[in-house]
Amino acid sequence: MTAHPTVSDAQLAEVALTREEYALAAERLGRVPTEVELGVIGAMWSEHCGYKTSKPLLARLPTSGPRVLQGPGENAGAVDIGGGLACVFKIESHNHPSAIEPYQGAATGVGGILRDVFTMGARPVALLDSLRFGPFEEPAQRHLLDGVVAGIGGYGNCIGVPTVGGEIYFDESYRHNCLVNAMCVGVIEQAKLTRAAAAGPGNLVLLVGADTGRDGIHGATFASVELNEASSERRPAVQVGNPFLEKCLMEVCVALAGDPRIVAMQDLGAAGLTSSSAELAHRGGCGIEMDVARVSRRERGMTAYEVMLSESQERMLLVVRPQDAASVQAEFDRWDLHSDVIGTVTGTGRMVVTDAGAAVCDLPLALLIDEVPLRHPDALRPGGLDAALGVDPLAAAPPWPAGETLLRLLRSPNVGSRRPVFRRYDHQVGDDSVVLPGGDAALLRVRATGGGIALSTDGNARYAALDPRRGAAIAVCEAARNVVAVGAAPVGVTNCLNFGNPEKPEIFWQLSEAVEGMREACLALGVPVVSGNVSLYNDTQGVSIDPTVVIGMVGHLEDLERRCAAGFAHDGDAVLLVGPVGMDLGGSEYQRLAQGVNAGPRPTLDLDLERRVQAAVLEMIAAGLLASCHDLAEGGLGVALAESCILGGRGVALTERLFSLAAPVVLVGLLFGESQSRFLASAATGDVAGVRAIATRHQVDVRELGTTGGNRVSLTGVFDLGLDEVTRAHAGALVPS
Amino acid sequence: MRFGIAVFPGTWSDRDCARAIEVLGHESVYLWHRDHDLAGVDCVILPGGFSYGDHLRTGAVARFAPLMESVQEFAASGGLVWGICNGFQILCEAHLLPGALTRNASLEFRCESVWLRVETSDTPFTRACETGAVLAVPVSHGEGRFVADPSTLDRLEAERRVAFRYVARDGSAAGDASPNGSMRDIAGIVSEGRNVLGMMPHPERAAEPLLGSGDGLRLFGSVVEAVAERGAFATSSP
Repeated sequence: MTAHPTVSDAQLAEVALTREEYALAAERLGRVPTEVELGVIGAMWSEHCGYKTSKPLLARLPTSGPRVLQGPGENAGAVDIGGGLACVFKIESHNHPSAIEPYQGAATGVGGILRDVFTMGARPVALLDSLRFGPFEEPAQRHLLDGVVAGIGGYGNCIGVPTVGGEIYFDESYRHNCLVNAMCVGVIEQAKLTRAAAAGPGNLVLLVGADTGRDGIHGATFASVELNEASSERRPAVQVGNPFLEKCLMEVCVALAGDPRIVAMQDLGAAGLTSSSAELAHRGGCGIEMDVARVSRRERGMTAYEVMLSESQERMLLVVRPQDAASVQAEFDRWDLHSDVIGTVTGTGRMVVTDAGAAVCDLPLALLIDEVPLRHPDALRPGGLDAALGVDPLAAAPPWPAGETLLRLLRSPNVGSRRPVFRRYDHQVGDDSVVLPGGDAALLRVRATGGGIALSTDGNARYAALDPRRGAAIAVCEAARNVVAVGAAPVGVTNCLNFGNPEKPEIFWQLSEAVEGMREACLALGVPVVSGNVSLYNDTQGVSIDPTVVIGMVGHLEDLERRCAAGFAHDGDAVLLVGPVGMDLGGSEYQRLAQGVNAGPRPTLDLDLERRVQAAVLEMIAAGLLASCHDLAEGGLGVALAESCILGGRGVALTERLFSLAAPVVLVGLLFGESQSRFLASAATGDVAGVRAIATRHQVDVRELGTTGGNRVSLTGVFDLGLDEVTRAHAGALVPS
Repeated sequence: MRFGIAVFPGTWSDRDCARAIEVLGHESVYLWHRDHDLAGVDCVILPGGFSYGDHLRTGAVARFAPLMESVQEFAASGGLVWGICNGFQILCEAHLLPGALTRNASLEFRCESVWLRVETSDTPFTRACETGAVLAVPVSHGEGRFVADPSTLDRLEAERRVAFRYVARDGSAAGDASPNGSMRDIAGIVSEGRNVLGMMPHPERAAEPLLGSGDGLRLFGSVVEAVAERGAFATSSP
């Protein structure tokens, strides 16, 4: 092997290692690493693969529970959804590539998360996307949005997996760092869950799917540094997707799930062959030997280094017994998929790479995975937070009458209709989409059990910007409320932590606080975290994004007949506020529109109350007492009312005197404050007593606000708007003026 | 009766079609793109998807599939062939139907429920509907804008071969409600022999009220009725 006698700063920068980390690696090895080894170590020790900053924090999250079949550590998490079935899911970021090349960045983000799910044998049944951009009013931001939406659609629509939900926020904080988080959900018989742990020294390692090219080299390390003006020159670090190829790969992998010929399956994602082979071998307590000369190439002249670090998409590693290799390869041939036997499983605990027989890399797997040098940056609560939190958002007189405020909120790109986006995604293929995009959570039928799974992503970073702990806890609760609103019990969380550069003490403080908030909320609601992803270094020219905790929530519904939707279903039903009356305007969408700031106390969150409200609502829906149910979120009660009217195609008349008697500033707080732990429901008048009985048992308030019906959206003495006017405002939010 | 559902590597409506047929209580069998065997089916469905990736032009490669040779023969001898979405695109490329499907006028993919007016019940695919009936059926495509030269369009109209048109909910002209800007709002057409139907919307996605609409099932029901009445339109190779 040719050793690496001296290493330059430029070489270290290329693999994103510090000189200390390099020295540590050399010391552990007892020699200097070769060029290939340096690349392998850099990738495996990157934040993206090695979680060197976030690992100690993530260890605090609750990850177990009676339904958990697979917690963090595999390609995706899995929970029991009854009937012998598992729901397999994960969320992952593709932020940096999407900022540089929105279409391919987003498309390959979708491709990557799909592979994480079908590598476990599960057929993907749903995709969701959580997106963040700078202000919608700016053409450059809309260009990014358009490219990202086209990329998500281009991949998902072609492969035939429905995109059923997600969210989009626009905020100054994402001007230079858009966020693209993609979540995939699959379903499989529990007995067929396929693990990615190599076993049986002597077994063969098959590389299947696309040929290997130079695309995406250093993608993992690219994702672990800040963006700057030169970042657009890193376009070669962005991969190019081929959804048709992935469709073929998916069909074969799903068909092979549970097949005794398959010892293990592992997809190739960040850091390509390097991380997939290392993780595959290490999980099984084995070693691995590969010859890169056996890897089919897309282009000539690729070095061993390039083959090991390529992030070419649509590739998969399989471990099979030697006697089964030919028959497994034949399964791939049927779909015109190429496969190469590139190596063998060993018992050495080492990753040995040769190039046509010549050794280029020989590293202990423990060094690459267990011995990732963890970083423990200083945490520092940013100065000035107390001043910002001390602002009273109720102090300023409202600039508009309440009716106009409501229309302005509905027209806000953060609140209004997402239809211009979701109609570009196939959200129905598979014929199981019961609640389509636009409601609280998507609801998918699980045909084999008569039940369903409810899916949602959520994460309001405005709350987290001033109080990351509260903000993260709210994200968990809000995502849980979304699935509860359709009648499903929250059963599992996947999370994506999008933060700035953690080497800054303020950012590390945010990260640490946010994980704590997630922990508290997950414990309070009894929902384990089964998978997740961390995206740090979302900075450009030293400016960091607001801390953005995106929660992907999976809910389980025993009986699809016991479901609920957000639209008012009948005329003459009683409109009910379930949960507390509140007027938390700090961090609200109203505050952004009316005051142009994000200041003041964050919405109060009482986790015990949250748990009780959710339990009460689930019980009301299960008892068949609610005609509609909608979570209160951005824009508060006012926006929730308008949305339930729009979705149900009928108006509402509110008569509650609390509003008509309130002073203007209090009225704004009551109507548009974003207080937590609340639902807007409707029920037949004969069912109201039943609703109250359940609420009382859970010590939850229920307040009757008015009656559904008609074509006006009115609040006695406050506003009286036409339903058509309200619908138009909402529909126009994402239509550029 | 037995439906055959073509499966190209990029097909994704195959299982949805099989479920719709199952809901109706009938049998279906998958037909692999590399095979010539039509397994003795009474009606071949070419379902939605991206056949071979559709990198060149939708359906342009699929028309050369081994399976399509058998489908051509089957259609020529009067067999029922039903192209849905990508299947319609393939049928046009294969010249089993006139015209072409081009990029949506919006230049964007569209997935949404649309209203279809049945323009003729005089086809084996629509006989269980009344002419003028309005059906709720979803579309999901990026290239569904039907185009043809004026004389072809006139001939299609004169021969009552326009099977479906995009309309507003009340059955009036679609106007802005057209999902793709098709000429004369055409959503589906039949062949001269009326035994080949191509349509962009997905009736298999409208087979259960739970999912929003059961209207699509009437088309599957029509085929069952037609076959029951007439027996096999043609014998596909066993």
